[in-house]
Amino acid sequence: MKELPAAAAGNGPGEPASHQVASARLITTLAFAGALAGLVIVLVFGWAEPRIQAHRAAALRAAVNDVLSDPASYRSVYVTESGLSDAPPAGADTVNAEKVFLGFDAAGAPVGYAITGAEPGYQDLIQLIFGYDPSEGRLLGMKVLESKETPGLGDKIYKDMDFVTGFEGVETPIVGMKQGAATGAANEVDMITGATISSRTVIGIINHRVEALGSDLGEHAATAPRAPASPDPAIVDQAVQEGVEGP
Amino acid sequence: MRETTPREDLIRGIWKENPVLVQLLGLCPALAVTNTVPNAIAMGLATFFVLTGSSLLVSLLKNWIPSEVRISAYILIIATFVTIADLVLAAVVPLIHKELGAFIALIVVNCMILGRQEAFASKRPVGRALLDAVGTGTGFMIAMLMMGTFREVLGSGSIMGYSLFGEHFEPWIVMILPPGGFLTLGFILLAFGWWKERHSEAIRVRQWPHGVASGEEVA
Repeated sequence: MKELPAAAAGNGPGEPASHQVASARLITTLAFAGALAGLVIVLVFGWAEPRIQAHRAAALRAAVNDVLSDPASYRSVYVTESGLSDAPPAGADTVNAEKVFLGFDAAGAPVGYAITGAEPGYQDLIQLIFGYDPSEGRLLGMKVLESKETPGLGDKIYKDMDFVTGFEGVETPIVGMKQGAATGAANEVDMITGATISSRTVIGIINHRVEALGSDLGEHAATAPRAPASPDPAIVDQAVQEGVEGP
Repeated sequence: MRETTPREDLIRGIWKENPVLVQLLGLCPALAVTNTVPNAIAMGLATFFVLTGSSLLVSLLKNWIPSEVRISAYILIIATFVTIADLVLAAVVPLIHKELGAFIALIVVNCMILGRQEAFASKRPVGRALLDAVGTGTGFMIAMLMMGTFREVLGSGSIMGYSLFGEHFEPWIVMILPPGGFLTLGFILLAFGWWKERHSEAIRVRQWPHGVASGEEVA
């Protein structure tokens, strides 16, 4: 760069190096600039935040639809210390409270729960959602929500459709089998060659979440929850949107 | 310092002093997020926006910013534009925002941007600072596109997500992994250096068609 020597000499824009400026002015300048920057960011944030939330809600909605095979409707069920509850725990933030999603078929009967989970994979946290039917102890489907697994190897946990669809109808707890080692048992899933850690993490997340929630899910399902009398898509939408921050 | 023409200010950053290919600045995003063409374009656009906005503001405010705190002030201005770019990308193209991840926030420490403020925008009129930023931003974009195209074609066998070679192509996966970034940059710099050498040789021969050859023999 031709300009570099002048810059390296330490001269500020249009000012000689020897010139001294009062500290108060330096502080005022930076404080003013900082306040202005803060204001601009707040304004842009106010514009962007609802859109970002809407994208997240849409992504989650699509994921719930995927793992519960397009239920007629669904709603949030809150995970509390004393089990699952249809109403949010008192004083809890409905957006950040831990929850699962319960899907219903067209007749209003429950089809299963969509449960999210996250654990460290080979590169970073793998976040996924899976559909689970507690009455039969079977998975309905699995979808990876977020992963930074190695392109070409670990990313097969969401790109390799044989692996993804392999979770449908599998009984829990799942056992991962090396390629060709399957014995035909109802709880086996073929792992991906060359992505053992990523495959094992996916299986681990599902097993751990089912283990942690299993009895609660059973109890909740036994109370025979029904779909809302008049399933209002807007209310269901709202419930899911509130659930976008769930773990 | 020699006075430059407006045209020179604009053209310089695009090719002759290309930030990535000649000055070797801004290599972090050039290596990290050029694994596909859409990622390269999004990062190029975000950087272009931050560079142009910052240069405009720095040049406008150059008389109000005391030189003692100028670097802090520049960083503050750059960080504000980066945060805006980050939020806008998340709101408008969430999938690309997810792919670029932390590298959007890291535009703050792209030394190409701070370099242009310190070396140019803080000393020149607004119009010139803008021309320089547009030129440098375009140069950065060209370099990102070159790398993105090279890596996506070899690493995924596609361009902008459209498959090029059919299903029998075995993707060269290393090209979309970090080593592929270094390999690609190496090859592009090699080609660039080779082209520049030939170019300057051609000029020399044109100017001194006889003298050069004999001079070299003596040396």
